[in-house]
Amino acid sequence: MFPKPIEKQPRAAQITYQAMLPLALLLWLGPLLAVALFSVKPEADFTNANYWGMPSSFEGAFNYGQVFFNSDMPRYLLNSFFITVPTVIGAVALSCMTGFALGIYKFKSNLWIFFMFVAGNFVPFQILMVPVRDLTLELGLYNTKTGLVLFHIAFQTGFCTLFMRNFIRALPFELIEAARVEGISEWRIFWYVVLPLMKPAIAALSVLIFTFIWNDYFWAVVLTQGAESQPVTAGITSFNAQFRAAYQLMSAGSIVAALPPVAMFFLMQKHFIAGLTLGAVK
Amino acid sequence: MHSMFKRTAMALVASVALTAPVAAELTGELRIFLDTSNPAPRATMEAMIERFQQQHPDLEIETTVIDREAYKTQIRNFLTADTPDVANWYAANRMKPYVDAGLFEDVSDLWAEAEISDNLGSTKGALTIDGKQWGVPYTYYQWGVYYRKDIFDELGLSEPTTWKEELANCQKIIDSGRTCYTIGTKFLWTAGGWFDYLNMRTNGFDFHQQLANGEISWEDDRVKQTFANWKQLIDMGAFIDNHQTYSWQEALPFMVKGDAAAYLMGNFAVAPLREAGLSDDQLDFYQFVAINPDVELAEDAPTDTFHIPANALNKEAARAFLRFVVSADEQTEINNGSNLGQLPVNAQSSVDADKFLQQGFNMLSSNSPGGIAQFWDRDAPAEMAKVSMEGFQEFMVKPDNADKILAKLERARTRIYDQ
Amino acid sequence: MTVSAELDSESWFHRNQQRIAPWLFLAPGLLFFLFYVIIPVFQSFNLSLYEWDGLGAAEYVGFRNYEDLYWEFSDRDAFYISLKNNLIWLLLYLAAIPAGLFIALFLNQTVKGIRLYKSLFFFPFVISQVVVGLVFTWFYDPTFGLLNEFLGLFGMGPLNVLGDERFVTYGIIFAGLWPQTAYCMILYLTGLNAVDPEQIEAGRLDGAKGFRMLWHIILPQLRPATFIAFVVTIIGALRSFDLISIMTQGGPFGSSRVLAYYMFEVALSEYGFRMGYGAAIAVILFLIMLCFIAYFLWSMYREERRH
Repeated sequence: MFPKPIEKQPRAAQITYQAMLPLALLLWLGPLLAVALFSVKPEADFTNANYWGMPSSFEGAFNYGQVFFNSDMPRYLLNSFFITVPTVIGAVALSCMTGFALGIYKFKSNLWIFFMFVAGNFVPFQILMVPVRDLTLELGLYNTKTGLVLFHIAFQTGFCTLFMRNFIRALPFELIEAARVEGISEWRIFWYVVLPLMKPAIAALSVLIFTFIWNDYFWAVVLTQGAESQPVTAGITSFNAQFRAAYQLMSAGSIVAALPPVAMFFLMQKHFIAGLTLGAVK
Repeated sequence: MHSMFKRTAMALVASVALTAPVAAELTGELRIFLDTSNPAPRATMEAMIERFQQQHPDLEIETTVIDREAYKTQIRNFLTADTPDVANWYAANRMKPYVDAGLFEDVSDLWAEAEISDNLGSTKGALTIDGKQWGVPYTYYQWGVYYRKDIFDELGLSEPTTWKEELANCQKIIDSGRTCYTIGTKFLWTAGGWFDYLNMRTNGFDFHQQLANGEISWEDDRVKQTFANWKQLIDMGAFIDNHQTYSWQEALPFMVKGDAAAYLMGNFAVAPLREAGLSDDQLDFYQFVAINPDVELAEDAPTDTFHIPANALNKEAARAFLRFVVSADEQTEINNGSNLGQLPVNAQSSVDADKFLQQGFNMLSSNSPGGIAQFWDRDAPAEMAKVSMEGFQEFMVKPDNADKILAKLERARTRIYDQ
Repeated sequence: MTVSAELDSESWFHRNQQRIAPWLFLAPGLLFFLFYVIIPVFQSFNLSLYEWDGLGAAEYVGFRNYEDLYWEFSDRDAFYISLKNNLIWLLLYLAAIPAGLFIALFLNQTVKGIRLYKSLFFFPFVISQVVVGLVFTWFYDPTFGLLNEFLGLFGMGPLNVLGDERFVTYGIIFAGLWPQTAYCMILYLTGLNAVDPEQIEAGRLDGAKGFRMLWHIILPQLRPATFIAFVVTIIGALRSFDLISIMTQGGPFGSSRVLAYYMFEVALSEYGFRMGYGAAIAVILFLIMLCFIAYFLWSMYREERRH
């Protein structure tokens, strides 16, 4: 193990390390903790310039109540949910198939198609912006969750294909050979042999895509408007405009907006990190 | 027999048509998009739409309120797809791209109706492009200097009327440890207001409009004079520090706390200032001072408007709604002090007794002989507005860069108006 | 008769199953991807030769948009500033890699509760950039920001980071480094887990310690992690849009623009109506990115050949 395990170091070093851990964490999360502090302060603290002292009264319930009952925030959260979940399902489903096709079969253009997916995944959003916006307008899907979902599925298919294909490559190929010898059709091989083996990849990818899509801001701004379809990342700017200079409410709003992917991360930590670091190890 | 039937039928049709404005049952869906996202205007608009709904119970009205800043970019999307039947916007050059692209409905027919043509004459020019009218106004408001009367009293100052008095006042305010003006230029347009006034007072209304139309060089000596006047204020420390990081709302507390004595703003600033605790004894208004005695006073009074998108589906109901909005009673109601707190566009309406509205109304109707401007970013084409307001912001932070900034604006002018 | 035809067709499908199957599996994903990603890239190239306000009809202008960009570049106007800032982003954003490695080394222990520490350190990456932008806007706020409170302790400041054209880009990059460092950290933590203990022992026997050990023995084994960290950091740097949009909108007076934001600004923002011009900027950004994409693909290609 590198660096040398701390248990094998002198006692003084061990104590220093143990003390430094929480300090470093405090420093690291400082800006975020500040916002958390803001979100439970009463408005009076801000007019009296009591920014960093103890809250003069604890107004967490009131502030978060305002966010949930006196703004469009719940609607934005719901929109985010209805954009994110279908995208995850769509992108994972499509990429299971593309990943299977590119990972199992040997055909001439295989590598080229694979590289096309990979390259497309790296393209800057701006070069897609105008045409995708026009396409969405033409399809009559501008300012709908569906319009956003369709684009997200398409774009995420690039990354997901890269992920799935590499995962399938690492599966034991003999299983498929054996199935073919027994005359099982390709579709059934995909469904009964390969798909069950892909469960960990599907789990990892789902959590990753959930986070990516939940946090998308650019496409939300380009393809939606108004509370009936905007996800929370775009909604929060409207929310802030509504409560401009009311820092306690903007802070509470930000925390609420950030929460779902954080919860997702803590619940599915193992899969999340497995997905994120695929390829980081040989 | 046959002809008699015809005559009766025609009479019937005629009687229906006569009573139409009142009795016609509007049906279907009426979708209204609004940018009035601040709490007070939002409530006002929703209440107004509710009253319209009561007159037309069979109409299915759907109102969408979009964040004011976001609306400005989204309008071009919803005018082409997922189009509402009514949308609000701004007058003059600000509506020109949409008029040019054929996205706004020509509503000259409404302006031909006596009710409108007799009472809305003063704003007709701002809604006219190519001799046709493209929407109706629903409110306008004065700009000017809102100041802390208690601070002025404490320092023994009175409302200035000349540039000299202005500078003298400001010096006294600075000597008392305050700044003269609060401002937040993060979103740029507030600096446009300062430019409007300084340039209109230095060079007059006509010059200002020519500049907005790209007919005058930014490196003209007269423009430089405007900036020299501006620099006097900046150099003496008249504006708050760090204004480039604040929105106009975030700049309000400086005035509320008394760190700054005044705010050059539109009348919409009064509501949040009152809300923040300033009483009418503490808060007052004066017209921006004269600078060059040879030019007539001219004011900024932006007009906010309603339009029917060309792609609207229910234009009949939309027209009825526009008529409703500009009617004398509605104008009195929505613009009164407890609602928008602005000025009605209908000559038959009454202006609220609120002291700021009264002062503004008197100023605009009797002390603005030079003319009435819409506002810099509505008078100048979009691209020029953007580049120039960025320049104004830079100038307010780094007044010594004036020549460099003006050269850049001149380059932009030759490119933008050339196309 | 019909029966035999059916049998025939089925056996034809059966015989060619392995040739047809991959295309059937590929079809939905490929079509989606073509329509929403690949074709739009070419459409943007085409659009960059037009002048179009996004409302009326488009007018063909040849390379005039690129000519305008050239003039903006030589006059040191917005395009020049965006390009320069993009370069700064690219260079400084890479700091996330050593910073992430440093934190990973710090946390790569087995003391009690370390798992929770690792999660909490990783936490900023999960938060949306929009929220990160808001958090850091307040962090830098000239009146009450934590940064100035902190500087005040040392008798320094106050500093208006986001209002000063000298600092603003660095301030935003610093905000961006926060989640990016967390990402790199997690990559290295995973990498460190898999470092071969025998090689470490061998190194220790050879007398390698500390930095020498890290450089000669550990880092070579972390190559895959470093490669991925490099890829995601470069992509992240060139995609920087959210933070700028939230924190400064490109200001003050346009000094924190980057190409990604400038493109949006001229094409779709409040005062922007130049779709063709925006497309030309996007094409430039794309070409810059293409250099890196080509490099990544080439590395992947070599990797594939080895298998």
